[in-house]
Amino acid sequence: MTTSQIGLGLVLMALLTCAAGTPIGFVAGATRSATGLQWTRRLAYAFAFFMLLANLVMQYALITHDFSVSYVANVGSLATPLHITIVSLWSSLEGSILFWGLVLGIFVTAVTYLQRQGHEDYLAYTLGTMLLVGLFFSFMIAGPANPFRSTPLPIPADGPGPNPLLQNHILMIVHPPLLYLGYVGMTAPFAMTVAALLRGQLGSTWLRPLRNWLLLPTSFLTMGIMLGGWWSYEVLGWGGYWAWDPVENASFLPWLTAIAALHSAIVQQRRGSLKAWTSILIMVTFLLTILGTFLTRSGVVNSVHSFTQSPIGPMFLGFLGFCLVGVVVLLSLRIDTLVSEPAEDSVMAREGAFLLNNLLLVTFTFTVLIGTLFPIIAEAVRGVKVSVGEPYFNRMAVPICLGLLFLMGVGPALPWGRSDRRSLRRALLVPLPAALAAMAITALLGGRHPNVLLTGALAGYALWVTLDQVLRPARVRARKGESVPQAIDRSFRRAPRRVGGYLVHFGVIVTFVAIAISANYQVNFETTMAPGQTASVGDYQLTFDRVRVVNEPHMVSQRATVAIARGGKPKGSLEPALNHYPTQREPIGTPAVRSTLTHDLYLTVMNVDEEGRLGLRAIVTPAVSWIWIGVFIMAVGTGICLVPPKKVRVAESAPAMEAATS
Amino acid sequence: MSKERTRRLVLAITAVAISAGVLAFLAFGGIGENLVYYWSPTELQGAGDEAIGATIRLGGLVEPGTVERAADGLTLKFAVTDGAASVPIVTNNVPPAMFREGVGVVVEGTIRKDGSFETNRLLVKHDNQYRAPGDGDEMEMEALMESMQFDRSQKAQNGSEDG
Repeated sequence: MTTSQIGLGLVLMALLTCAAGTPIGFVAGATRSATGLQWTRRLAYAFAFFMLLANLVMQYALITHDFSVSYVANVGSLATPLHITIVSLWSSLEGSILFWGLVLGIFVTAVTYLQRQGHEDYLAYTLGTMLLVGLFFSFMIAGPANPFRSTPLPIPADGPGPNPLLQNHILMIVHPPLLYLGYVGMTAPFAMTVAALLRGQLGSTWLRPLRNWLLLPTSFLTMGIMLGGWWSYEVLGWGGYWAWDPVENASFLPWLTAIAALHSAIVQQRRGSLKAWTSILIMVTFLLTILGTFLTRSGVVNSVHSFTQSPIGPMFLGFLGFCLVGVVVLLSLRIDTLVSEPAEDSVMAREGAFLLNNLLLVTFTFTVLIGTLFPIIAEAVRGVKVSVGEPYFNRMAVPICLGLLFLMGVGPALPWGRSDRRSLRRALLVPLPAALAAMAITALLGGRHPNVLLTGALAGYALWVTLDQVLRPARVRARKGESVPQAIDRSFRRAPRRVGGYLVHFGVIVTFVAIAISANYQVNFETTMAPGQTASVGDYQLTFDRVRVVNEPHMVSQRATVAIARGGKPKGSLEPALNHYPTQREPIGTPAVRSTLTHDLYLTVMNVDEEGRLGLRAIVTPAVSWIWIGVFIMAVGTGICLVPPKKVRVAESAPAMEAATS
Repeated sequence: MSKERTRRLVLAITAVAISAGVLAFLAFGGIGENLVYYWSPTELQGAGDEAIGATIRLGGLVEPGTVERAADGLTLKFAVTDGAASVPIVTNNVPPAMFREGVGVVVEGTIRKDGSFETNRLLVKHDNQYRAPGDGDEMEMEALMESMQFDRSQKAQNGSEDG
């Protein structure tokens, strides 16, 4: 048997387990059969096992350069370093869908194992739904996107290697898997919501694991999107990190609705309302991940015509349509089973802020969705080739983000439910000095743009409220006689989700401020320099020394040495490069970045002419590092949210107070 | 209970309808002004005065014999042609490494009243399927117009913009 046949055989086995597991899961869910659930579990594990083996076989073929496997012949090359050969599993379409199958297997296994106790009546439906998604992807891997085709004879002795852009930076090793963990992971909360609708019940016992299973992929998606921006910044050489590119938007859309769902789930848990709304958001999130995969994997973004050249695009569109119809039918039949408990909601209360937050996030989703789909529709309907410019997105994104920042300050300051006017006024006025102070600091540091000043003020307000909220239970404990460190420690352990949540808010505030500053105060400069010449950009003086040529097995690199001085003091040198890959006609630049906590100096080689002159682009951007730091803080915060709360065995009356403030 | 539910439902639907209306108005109003049109030199000249002020992504070949670098070393002038029409381009960009006469390029910018095209994004489209300019010109233009999307990888080579 050839490697191709073994690989395809394993994929077919995975397909069979899904084909069996899906109906068994749904029947077991409907009949509440324990045996049926047991079989669904076994088939779920078997699916994951076959997907893992299929991926290992592909990985083995890649590492051993088995060019008889079509995918290896497409992306493999003898000269490619080992670590890049390993990650080229997800460097191209067919491999990435195979990898998708593995990630789905991981999530299926995790849900099956972690939810093994309790919730039996939900679990069968959940696994049935997940295996239904698995059925589609196994079918894609076995059929239209089969990476295990046999290469037509004669088998080549070497291949072209993966896309050079993917070889050019270490971030490409971690960015796609994180994005996949986020994308594929959304199948879990989707399946759990489907299970709740089929059972006709979404109580707090199922909502708790559901929130965690939503939080986990959302945090992967957050990291994945950030690393994508970082990669774009470090590799692509235009000095920015976000361009509202369809590929970026595809990952951003489900993230927005997932964030909205996480917030409305909090209202649901606290007030028992918004059950149907939360379910809709989670389902839309899943649909958007499929839409995103369709957009990025079918080539429809580049041209409507390239979409029909392979069956993969239409297949994804068909699956998207199937899921959409399924979701609509399920919702219309079962939505009234998710009765919300009547609550006396008030707009001037925490739940009002949550509602506005959801409205803003959904508006944001619509805006990005329209801007992403408009060119495709315009080309399909009117035959006009257009794209939607960045100003369209920015015009909507800036006020929406300012609104979210405002709510991040005002929302947590407001109490739940109705409250009297005096306590409202006090809650909202106390953080105002912090806002004014933050705005003054922004102005002193040179912030002049109204949006930047407003961001500063709102960030100051939100920071004060966040800190106040995090420390409030500890303050109550300290007043009752506990020492300050002990009070903080105990209150944090009791409610890790609360602390984590506010830490995420802190990370968002840091990121928003950094984006506002870096977007408004970038200095951009292009020039052509002869060796020995000096140019200045910002406070920097750049002296071009020389270009040296470095030969590496898989490419030839032209490296320009540029000496850096700041305010007359030498600060070492940077070496931006232009890499020539034998398989590509266009060279690919590798920018060199000097990152500091206040600003980045960013150099890109545009070209090197025959006389050895250097075409250089230099960009000074303030505060960029804080974007990555902010997102990292968000990730840590999310991690803390997933820590189970510790029951503190101390006789005290603080819990009642905490419940009132959290 | 049912009366209260109906009232709330009506309220919720009204709120969603109003916000959807406002949203559609904002979004579509904004799209019209911010569209980028993908045109060939012939299409651009056919549009006449209508093209002035719009953001245009123009695709074509760098017309041989038109590349001209100003003495200050900053300004670069050349013409983009599709065989039938030709548009003069002015840019302050440092051209990307593969820029030369006869090569396929995509430029993004606006057209001025004097008919010259000012750009701050210049991208060489040197597809692997490309042949040397000559008998295959028509095919090439078609392929070029097909691939005028700037994807993330191609932002590497185009001009400045703020992130």
